[in-house]
Amino acid sequence: MILDWLLPILISAALLLAVAGMLKRISLWRAGQPEKVNFFSGLMAMPRRYLVDLHHVVERDKYMSKTHVATAGGFVLSMVLILAVHLFGIENRWLSYALLGALVLMFVGSFFVWKRRRNPPSRLSKGPWMRLPKSLLMFAVSFFIATLPAAGILPEAFGGWVLAVLLAAGIVWGLGELVFGMAWGGPMKHAFAGALHLAFHRRPERFGGGRSTGLKPVDLNAAKLGVEKPTDFKWNQLLGFDACVQCGKCEAMCPAFAAGQPLNPKKLIQDMVVGLAGGSDAKFAGSPYPGRDVGFAVGGPNKSITEGLVSPDTLWSCTTCRACVEECPMMIEHVDAIVDMRRFLTLEKGNTPNKGAEVLENLIATDNPSGFNPGSRMNWAADQNLRVMKDVKEVDVLFWVSDGAFDMRSQRILRAFVKVLKAAKVDFAVLGDEERDSGDVARRLGDDATFQSLAKRNIAALSQYKFNRIVTTDPHAFHCLKNEYPDLYPAGQKPAYEVLHHTTFINELVKAELLNLSEFKGGTVTYHDPCYLGRYNGEYDSPRELLKELGIELAEMERSGFRSRCCGGGGGAPITDIPGERRIADMRMEEVRAVGAELVAVGCQQCTAMLEGVVEPRAEVKDIAELVAEALVEEVSPAPAKSREQSKVAKKPLAEEVS
Amino acid sequence: MQPDKQNASLRITALVSVGKHPGSGRARRAEQDARAVEMAMTLAPEGLEVLHAGDPQADSLRAYAGMGLKRLRVLQQGTNADAVPALSQYLKQQKPDIILTGVRAESGESSGMTPYLLGEALGLPVVTRIAEIVSIDHGEANLLQALPRGQRRALRVPLPFVASVDMAAAAPRQSAFGPASRADLESQDIGMAVMDEVKAAWSEAPARKRPKRLKVVKAKTAADRFKAATAKSSGDGGKVLRDKPASEMAQAVFDLLLEEGVLR
Repeated sequence: MILDWLLPILISAALLLAVAGMLKRISLWRAGQPEKVNFFSGLMAMPRRYLVDLHHVVERDKYMSKTHVATAGGFVLSMVLILAVHLFGIENRWLSYALLGALVLMFVGSFFVWKRRRNPPSRLSKGPWMRLPKSLLMFAVSFFIATLPAAGILPEAFGGWVLAVLLAAGIVWGLGELVFGMAWGGPMKHAFAGALHLAFHRRPERFGGGRSTGLKPVDLNAAKLGVEKPTDFKWNQLLGFDACVQCGKCEAMCPAFAAGQPLNPKKLIQDMVVGLAGGSDAKFAGSPYPGRDVGFAVGGPNKSITEGLVSPDTLWSCTTCRACVEECPMMIEHVDAIVDMRRFLTLEKGNTPNKGAEVLENLIATDNPSGFNPGSRMNWAADQNLRVMKDVKEVDVLFWVSDGAFDMRSQRILRAFVKVLKAAKVDFAVLGDEERDSGDVARRLGDDATFQSLAKRNIAALSQYKFNRIVTTDPHAFHCLKNEYPDLYPAGQKPAYEVLHHTTFINELVKAELLNLSEFKGGTVTYHDPCYLGRYNGEYDSPRELLKELGIELAEMERSGFRSRCCGGGGGAPITDIPGERRIADMRMEEVRAVGAELVAVGCQQCTAMLEGVVEPRAEVKDIAELVAEALVEEVSPAPAKSREQSKVAKKPLAEEVS
Repeated sequence: MQPDKQNASLRITALVSVGKHPGSGRARRAEQDARAVEMAMTLAPEGLEVLHAGDPQADSLRAYAGMGLKRLRVLQQGTNADAVPALSQYLKQQKPDIILTGVRAESGESSGMTPYLLGEALGLPVVTRIAEIVSIDHGEANLLQALPRGQRRALRVPLPFVASVDMAAAAPRQSAFGPASRADLESQDIGMAVMDEVKAAWSEAPARKRPKRLKVVKAKTAADRFKAATAKSSGDGGKVLRDKPASEMAQAVFDLLLEEGVLR
């Protein structure tokens, strides 16, 4: 029979071509910058990362996780058995039965892939991805029939040459898509690149339930700062771009995309793929950047990205909310890539749009983004009688005030928090004028030089004093202090303190029964998770527990917890202010309205500012510190008799109307 | 960028100083000097020289370089030296077509005298507070001079000349860290040091805000307010006293001060 000799040839040809393609692909990644990874332990950890960590993300969509397990599991298993049965010709009936079983499994999975693809949601890419389920089915069916004789179910010469030719055609198609296509940039590329991406991920801390969200510092002495060309990315970043399955989960979550700003995380990653491989985006079959046409982006490994491949507006639309990263089943790091490219624009080109340049200049000259006199940092607390570290030197809790000190709305949050701290008799102090902007905005705008300068000076100020914990009301400062400052400590030194967000801290105080709280009286309340508290630091529970403690039954929004939608205020987005069709804050307030909330509880001054910027009528916006401060029951100590009498006297009107 | 304005053979020298942030008092790129550099970069990206007389180690000079300059020339001298003799000696040799300065420095004496003293030393015309160099043809430059309330005066000046750049000129481009840290600060020893005796005689103290008379808004409508904001300042309140006995003129000044509440 023809297939007996044709099948091994086809399989070995496909495998050989695949190996050649893989080597070529690897050379494309190797054009990136060197980055140290632990090859061996990465490869060893890969199966677990794939089967556990990746599966956890995919499992948020049960339908797809089951489908993927069946299809991918069936394929890998059948491929191994195909090699045994058809290439090496091991004649074992049980092996053939196992192969048939694996192919059935793959068929079932592929059938559901196909079913989903009949009416695909807009986030999914079309084009070759529409062909994939058919190819999967073709692979499973052709090999199933071709294996039947080996399993002894059908006679050797069954069907004659007509069937043999048909089967050969099906097998060529199947192998072409699944083996050849995997190495030569077809949709199956995600399996090959994805597996290696998981092995050599730039943030291995993310696997096994960990978290790694701090941006990597720039070497300021490098010949080029930031990423100009695709080859300026680290090699494993390039590999990460290739792992994209174009599932569009990121697109469905991206606030900038929803607001009609010219950003689509999926398209951005695909443009990076176009950049690393060279060519144009004409074959991209997904949603475009809102308002931009597909087909005109041209790039190459050594071509400047922002000249022809990706518009700078796309990069500046990002709020760095990490919704895409959180959602990505392949654990691609979109935000890292965007900030890397922003770094080049800011540090090398001096091209930060709109108010960016002004804000950065202010940060350099005055250590705060608005250019206020740094000596007026404590003016907000003129009536608060706060202790300053310079005087006390040693304290339990250092209250990191943040730049909210300069903003009148944020000052209300700060005062509320001070009231809570005083009520719980916490031993705390502030840095006063020694505090500087945390550097968050500078870093997200790509100015790592200014970030590092601010961070180093803040670290120097912190190192002078003794304290156990830093508590801050600003999740952005919280993130910087907790996750990004440790990289910038002088060699051999480590921060000797814990960093807490005020919601976590107040929750502790409440649990320790240091605060006497009354019940909240008011209408429906919902809670908006700040990105830098939730996705960046995994703190979803403390704010909710605290609100529950106040007697608030939360009406949760559809997008909440790790799927919370950004307020639009992160990543310097309000500063670069890229126009869109809607405002992100308006969309968020729409979601608040949808649950009928009269009050949104927040844990971030930036979110407060953004949500309060939505035109009325809208829900009231209050920080959790404000809610707690309002609910505080001040212990009334029995007043001395004399003062009581005085108060009686005072009740007499001092002036009466003379009729 | 307006490439049509560029002039290949034009040579411009922009003088820069170390600025001072009004809020923090920190050294920075001076706002007017940065505008002068911006104007020169737009006009003559090739024939541009940025010049500073003072300490070549001053970090804030790098902020000018970060605008995209490959080099910046520093005439090395001490902090107490007078910049004008060094600058005029150097500029006499170089003979640039246009010398741009800020209106006044943000630190030091901040007298605003540099352009005038240079003009005197080099024998060049001085144009103050320019907002734009519109065009240069046949050895003459068409300038726009900035006047109060957004008004402009068109001027024609033969090259070479000295001009001070007003805050009304195009805002300077962003300074980028990478080029700033890599730029070449060419330090040059000019072999002369003229002590700035005027400066030495001065004592510096932080400036206090001048008392300002409260403005009573009389305008009732938006149109009135717009008119008030855009109208030419009419000096109708003034009175010219001439050829009168000194005591009478002094009395008039005294009366005015009483009326304004300056004297009590």
